[in-house]
Amino acid sequence: MTFRARTMKVSAVLSLSALALAACGEAPEEDGGNAEASDFTGCIVSDEGGFQDRSFNQNSYEGLKAAEEKLGITVQQAESQAETDFTPNLNSMVQNGCDLTVSVGFMLADATKTAAEENPDMHFATVDDNSIQLDNVKPITYNTAEAAFLAGYVAAGSSESGKVATYGGLDIPTVTVFMDGFSDGVDYWNEQKDDDVELLGWDKKAQDGTFVGNFSDTAAAKTTTQNFINEGADVIMPVAGQAATGTADAVVDANADGREDEVTFVWVDADGYDTLSEDQKKYQLTSVLKGLSTSVEDVVTTAAEGEFDNTPYVGTLENGGVGIAEFHDQEDRVGKDVASEVEDIKQKIIDGEIKVESENSPE
Amino acid sequence: MTTPTTNSPTVNAAEDLETDGPAWIGSALQPVLAILAALVLGGLLIAATDERVMKAASYFFSRPSDTLSAGWSAASAAYQAMFYGAVFNPNGNSFARQIYPFTETLTVATPLILAGLGVAVAFRAGLFNIGAQGQILMGATLAAYVGFTWSMPLPLHLLLVVLAGAIGGGVWGGVVGLLKARTGAHEVILTIMLNYIAVNLLAYLLTRPSFLREGSTNPISPPVAESAQFPLLLGAPFRLHWGFVLAVAATVFVWWLLNRSTTGFELRAVGSNPRAAKTAGINVTKGFVIVMILAGALAGLAGVAQISGTEGSLSAGVAASFGFDAITVALLGRSTPLGTFLAGVLYGGFRAGAVTMQTMTGTNVDIVLVVQSLIVLFIALPPLFTAARGRRSRRDKSKTTRSAGAVKEAQA
Repeated sequence: MTFRARTMKVSAVLSLSALALAACGEAPEEDGGNAEASDFTGCIVSDEGGFQDRSFNQNSYEGLKAAEEKLGITVQQAESQAETDFTPNLNSMVQNGCDLTVSVGFMLADATKTAAEENPDMHFATVDDNSIQLDNVKPITYNTAEAAFLAGYVAAGSSESGKVATYGGLDIPTVTVFMDGFSDGVDYWNEQKDDDVELLGWDKKAQDGTFVGNFSDTAAAKTTTQNFINEGADVIMPVAGQAATGTADAVVDANADGREDEVTFVWVDADGYDTLSEDQKKYQLTSVLKGLSTSVEDVVTTAAEGEFDNTPYVGTLENGGVGIAEFHDQEDRVGKDVASEVEDIKQKIIDGEIKVESENSPE
Repeated sequence: MTTPTTNSPTVNAAEDLETDGPAWIGSALQPVLAILAALVLGGLLIAATDERVMKAASYFFSRPSDTLSAGWSAASAAYQAMFYGAVFNPNGNSFARQIYPFTETLTVATPLILAGLGVAVAFRAGLFNIGAQGQILMGATLAAYVGFTWSMPLPLHLLLVVLAGAIGGGVWGGVVGLLKARTGAHEVILTIMLNYIAVNLLAYLLTRPSFLREGSTNPISPPVAESAQFPLLLGAPFRLHWGFVLAVAATVFVWWLLNRSTTGFELRAVGSNPRAAKTAGINVTKGFVIVMILAGALAGLAGVAQISGTEGSLSAGVAASFGFDAITVALLGRSTPLGTFLAGVLYGGFRAGAVTMQTMTGTNVDIVLVVQSLIVLFIALPPLFTAARGRRSRRDKSKTTRSAGAVKEAQA
């Protein structure tokens, strides 16, 4: 008892002194701010995911922050905890005199439309939604099917088992557009190579497939992935936001059993190689990139220069708004042949020789 | 977790509020102290997580005043912004803009009050209703369906929507009462499970074409007809709608029911001691069913407030976390109608103020959640201490003046 009390005292003193040491730095000289001033205010409202979702909210936010650094504009942000926060958050932005408000996600479309109609002198940009046709609203959408097509081709080309899989978070167009493209990419491989790689988890014709029901349930994502692996799939593409880390975990587990044909995954939205852990990212085949950060930055920059327009922005392979990431550690598995074929296909899609069609693509 | 059983401190304290004069002070003082303590701790948290404070703390010993002043300014700025966003904004350029925040507070409070009342009446009958979330969702679903499929003139349509919401929630709650009365299944388990069923049922419905907008597969329903929406109470730009009046009316109704009606008396009797109530000839099982239908209907009205008031269409997140916040609202309000109403307004203020707080000062909104949770913790703790001390020494019990229950004993 006394011994324990003493050790506790000692450790308390130690941790206190550590704290004190950390607080021993020099006081800085007082100085004023030195950021370049711009009287433009750029604002952003997230959907329920919040700005730390490692997915589209975060990427859009980073785009705005990049514009802040470059142009010295003022930035205001509001994170929505629930759908009921959308309207209050947008109203707050309007009242704070935001010049441009970026609303992230189609869920905000209704609220943004109302706010834009009531405030025709303020500008809005809607990420992942193009349902609003107003002079002061610029829709930002992505034809991710084109990029997912390339990923589907790579996946089919590097599958040993002849089975690849994909699943989504929710059955919504911004998700299924990935799955459509992936499916077409697999089909294209089969057509070109006279192969019969099978896709699990999505039936493009029936528009029906596997979904975990949200973008946060990592456990469900892991189980879903394990099921796919048990069915023989060796490349899995989760389109499930945060939940997708469940797939990375399941893939690491599967490979830990020392199997011959390595299981890999395809990340989406941003390059998973930048955010995933060391043991996870080595199994990343590639990532389907959605250039949210750059396009938000572009739109904010244009608006800050006083040249806002309401022409819809659609990210494509051609304008670099979508694409696929490098193969990183999986370069050998993909092989030089497939890699160069992918470049060809990319060019053909840009030229319109290969048509990637998805009913879920933005128009 | 403390499961309020039939003689839980919460319910007892609630009784005190009305029956005993001097005890009233004790039981009203505790929530106020809990709120203050939670705000102070929340302020410390805001200060501790502020970037400027962290920077200043790295040279704390060479200039401690920097850390302290940065901490103070971070916390006070955040709370000031919260006040501007929830009560009154002196920077508004018109009177309407200045009082806008308070109307916003009342708007957000509307579903919280209604659902809170639902939880409170169940508390009073000794039932721990965690199912408000599911009941709101089902009320909202039925209300929305009536709202966007039927077309009718204004007063009739709105009335039917309100009725549909009450029925949707009432059925969802009534099932719990029925199962409990018939099989003895615990209402906590039942309500939790029914929450899941409601969430997934709604998710399923939002994939069916009859619940979606034409030509769209996004999981959001068509907007309800204009005739199915609550008229605005103060006109544009205020969002405050007639649903708030409904919430006031519901509060008065629940007060009348609990304190002035035979049914209410029976419910409270069942709540304080079901065996005694049974001996006295009260039909306990019927009481369970009635109170759960009522609780569900009130929560269902909260769903109507969302559909016909602020949101205008049905989606998976239409109920936010109101059903769970309602439990804390009822707890803070001591399960009395007036207390629940006031607690609902307070929580509405927190939510409304949080918006301004994060846009003006960049403080994370989750701080508000922490403050709300701390309040519940501070309310739940004292009775726990009292119980522990009471076990240690029964004689000392009369000295523990912190608990409302003990205050009553001291008075006796």
